[in-house]
Amino acid sequence: MLHRKIKAGSALTNSVKISIRDLYKVFGADPQTALEHVLNGASKADLLEQYSHVLGLSDINVDMRESEITVIMGLSGSGKSTLIRHLNRLIEPTQGRIEVDGDNVLAYDEAQLRTMRREVMSMVFQKFALLPHRTVAENAGTTLKVRGVAQREYLLEAHKWLSRVGLEGFDKHYPHQLSGGMQQRVGIARALTSNAPIMLMDEAFSALDPLIRTDMQDLLLELQTELQKTIVFITHDLDEALKLADHLVILKDGQIIQQGEPQHILLNPNDTYIEDFVSDINRARVLRVRSIMTTLDGTNAPSNAHGEVDFDDTLESLISTSGGDTSHTYLVMRDGAPVGTLDMKNLVKALVPRAASEAGARKY
Amino acid sequence: MATYDFLFDNLGLRAWCDAGKTGDGPLSMADLLAKANGPKEASIWDLPFPSLDALNDACGRVAQSRDLTKGVENAFLAVKNPLQFVLDPITQPLSWILEFALYTFDVTPWWLMFPILMLVVFLASRSFRMVGLVVACLGFLALIDHYDYAMQTLAIIFVCAFLCVLMGVPIGIAMSRSNTLQRLTIPVLDMLQTLPAFVYLIPLIFLFSVTEPKLYGIAIILYAIVPVIRLTDLGIRLVDEEVIEASDSFGMTDRQKLFGVQIPLALPNIMAGVNQTIMMSLAMVVIASLVSAPGLGVLVLRGIRNLELGVGLVSGLGIVLLAIILDRVTKAALNRINAAQKN
Ligand SMILES: Nc1ncnc2c1ncn2[C@@H]1O[C@H](COP(=O)(O)OP(=O)(O)O)[C@@H](O)[C@H]1O
Ligand SMILES: [Mg+2]
Repeated sequence: MLHRKIKAGSALTNSVKISIRDLYKVFGADPQTALEHVLNGASKADLLEQYSHVLGLSDINVDMRESEITVIMGLSGSGKSTLIRHLNRLIEPTQGRIEVDGDNVLAYDEAQLRTMRREVMSMVFQKFALLPHRTVAENAGTTLKVRGVAQREYLLEAHKWLSRVGLEGFDKHYPHQLSGGMQQRVGIARALTSNAPIMLMDEAFSALDPLIRTDMQDLLLELQTELQKTIVFITHDLDEALKLADHLVILKDGQIIQQGEPQHILLNPNDTYIEDFVSDINRARVLRVRSIMTTLDGTNAPSNAHGEVDFDDTLESLISTSGGDTSHTYLVMRDGAPVGTLDMKNLVKALVPRAASEAGARKY
Repeated sequence: MATYDFLFDNLGLRAWCDAGKTGDGPLSMADLLAKANGPKEASIWDLPFPSLDALNDACGRVAQSRDLTKGVENAFLAVKNPLQFVLDPITQPLSWILEFALYTFDVTPWWLMFPILMLVVFLASRSFRMVGLVVACLGFLALIDHYDYAMQTLAIIFVCAFLCVLMGVPIGIAMSRSNTLQRLTIPVLDMLQTLPAFVYLIPLIFLFSVTEPKLYGIAIILYAIVPVIRLTDLGIRLVDEEVIEASDSFGMTDRQKLFGVQIPLALPNIMAGVNQTIMMSLAMVVIASLVSAPGLGVLVLRGIRNLELGVGLVSGLGIVLLAIILDRVTKAALNRINAAQKN
């Protein structure tokens, strides 16, 4: 059984940290003119064929909330990297607004932008992007060194975060002496050392072996319960997305086709593209009790319940508790108080994949 | 009677040709031979190519080929003075540096020079084998009384290679940052690299006095600077895109990025360029003995001029030994950097 970290319950109350409005990005020689065609309804394929411009992002609107993990998911080429690079302006938009803490990031001059990159956002990269000629501790301290912090100080801070991500004693090693998973731990430590409230992670775990990947996901969730950063996480892997996401954004050809609470998307996919995606998923492992329970709504807890389950338990764990008996009913508890009931029959229904997805699943 | 008379006659240019005739120009060798042999029967086998000289025979208004060489020479002489006026003071320090280096290498006694070189080699390569190799090679050269010549050659190479790096690396960096500059510079580098080594010397002899060290200094630097420029440019352009992106994302300034990331990561390539630059300096310093560069090249030249076979071959061997130690030591330094940066 995978050990899962329980996420902060309903986080909808958190304030918006990053707000993206009407964002468009066109790659090519004359993006402004090409954008006109997009606004007049040209698709990504049209734009490429007729005007030889690449539509990177089209009509993006996302709110990323404080202390949440927003996962952006899509197939390769769907514009995920382009989107995340707009947040710290490694890529400039063709049109649109980006606000961080209500501040218009696009209006920043060079110095302000640098300050934001140093103090507000730090990034973790797919291929780690460590400096091969610097030690692990120097690498982890880069984000402070850039700000002019004295070496003794940033090495100390780097040491602290390296220990925190499980790399105690590796300070003086060089990156090439470490395995991929360990190198990415350095990457994470480097981002954490900057003490920035926002962390951008572009396919941070995609280059790692599956087992190590799971470890890293667990590490991230563990750090998150403690640090409460605003994390923007990019992945092409639905399992990873569902495991990490508080808010899931699904991209296709530069457009958002659905976003929302991941359990909700899983139960109500609004597009065949997403249905195809979710059809391969082990639903029992991903869906949680809270998503399918019947709320108590003021009525008293029923007395015939066969036991109590936690609000955030996965259906898989409940199935094993019940021994597969579908006649059972459970009382759902949250923070020690009953909040709903769950009939095992409803659980089984929730496990049935959507019919439409059956045909589509074969396409991929 | 000239072969191509008919051409000008038919074009109706005879009058124009004759009007311009100011008596026969200077006779060429071919003319003299023709005179000596008397008029020959015209045959299709003897038809000359309608070159300038052949046409000049028919029409005095056409320039002779020797006018071209003369023209180039005159043009060069015309710009010589202003060019000298500008270049002489600028390049004067090069003479001083070379003289100083030659003097220093000369007055430093061998028992001081050996330890210094050993230390330098050790710092560069961190290898005792390399130190041993250098001691063996230099010891052999000293044993056969070629030590002074070898030191002169080394002194010139040190100065020129150092200046090549000093100027080449910044040029390479500038090229890596601007595609326009790269496009403009590459043809110049191509030309410098394809010009035969001797050709460098010709315009320089006109511009500077042969007795001045800067003459060969400039020739060596022009010839040897190319690889370090090219490889610096290439090295910086090859730095991993993601690492550059990471540097930007952490808010590095351009300076921090250049000195903290780009140059260190390009160092293996830059060092490969330095290695080639040193080897090319060595090649050129031998040729530059034609214009009074001291060192082992002088002995080679003596071997050729006086047909002193032994002198030429032994000094040639000395050059090979120098080449080996310079190459090995710089490669060892390069490998050390590569090992430290392994990904
Ligand atoms: N600099 C660029 N110039 C032209 N097209 C680009 C550029 N960067 C990305 N693209 C295009 O934008 C689309 C999205 O790319 P990207 O954001 O890297 O996708 P993802 O990260 O989801 O795999 C792709 O079609 C890609 O070819
Ligand atoms: Mg990507």
